[in-house]
Amino acid sequence: MVDLDFDVVSLPDADHPDVGDTAPDFTRPLVNDEFWEDRSLDSLLDDGPVLLVFTTMNGAFPATYTWNELRERDWEADHDVSVVGVTISDPYDTTETIRDRGIDYPIFSDPQNGVAEAYGVVHDLDGMTGVTEPRPSVFLLDADRTVEYAWAASEWPDFPPYDDVEAALDER
Amino acid sequence: MTEDPQITLYRLQACPFCERVVRVLDEYDLEYRSRFVEPLHSRRNVIQRVSGSRTAPAIVDEATGVTMSESANIVEYLHATYGDERAATDGGESGGAA
Repeated sequence: MVDLDFDVVSLPDADHPDVGDTAPDFTRPLVNDEFWEDRSLDSLLDDGPVLLVFTTMNGAFPATYTWNELRERDWEADHDVSVVGVTISDPYDTTETIRDRGIDYPIFSDPQNGVAEAYGVVHDLDGMTGVTEPRPSVFLLDADRTVEYAWAASEWPDFPPYDDVEAALDER
Repeated sequence: MTEDPQITLYRLQACPFCERVVRVLDEYDLEYRSRFVEPLHSRRNVIQRVSGSRTAPAIVDEATGVTMSESANIVEYLHATYGDERAATDGGESGGAA
């Protein structure tokens, strides 16, 4: 990112599923540009590997940057993978965000942040009492939910190392 | 999870007509998938595509090939198709239990 003349905030170590581990299944409303319906992660994995992307709330700039970058990279075009987001933003906000920003991927809406909790990537937001969201993180899961690549932010803010993710996709 | 039930219900949150249909689906223990749309009419294109109209609720029943709007019609259809008394299925208003 930008060179700053001060240290950005470090996050404590995250205890998340790592390469070779089996990631947890979950069911949440999966939102697209027209509607949402309960879907399980496993039902998405029936169609092949999934790149699970945890972002900040839709309104915060890291989510915008991340979705813009993922649109540019267009990994689904030349890799056997489905890109899927996870946010604590509600389904109404998320469907509008997908439509307004031209996001090409569905996003799980998880206002209570239970998925991030199951994945060990909870981020307590300073100054927003009672609100937690996922720390930015990325998990590449093969069809049986085995983690093939994992990254979780260690600083705040932090952005996925897109080239590393792409290398993991290329290796498949 | 029941990922692929035969019945898909297009619904709005807190819409009484939609809840009326849900009550009958539950009454007959029918598995269904709920697809929620936004209240604004212009944001209901998915319903328009499947049913030809933007009104909610709408159901698609793949078991019978039926797609239907209007809660009264849907309730009548469910009673006729899945109810114990599968009488009077001529499609006329029967003023059923709903």
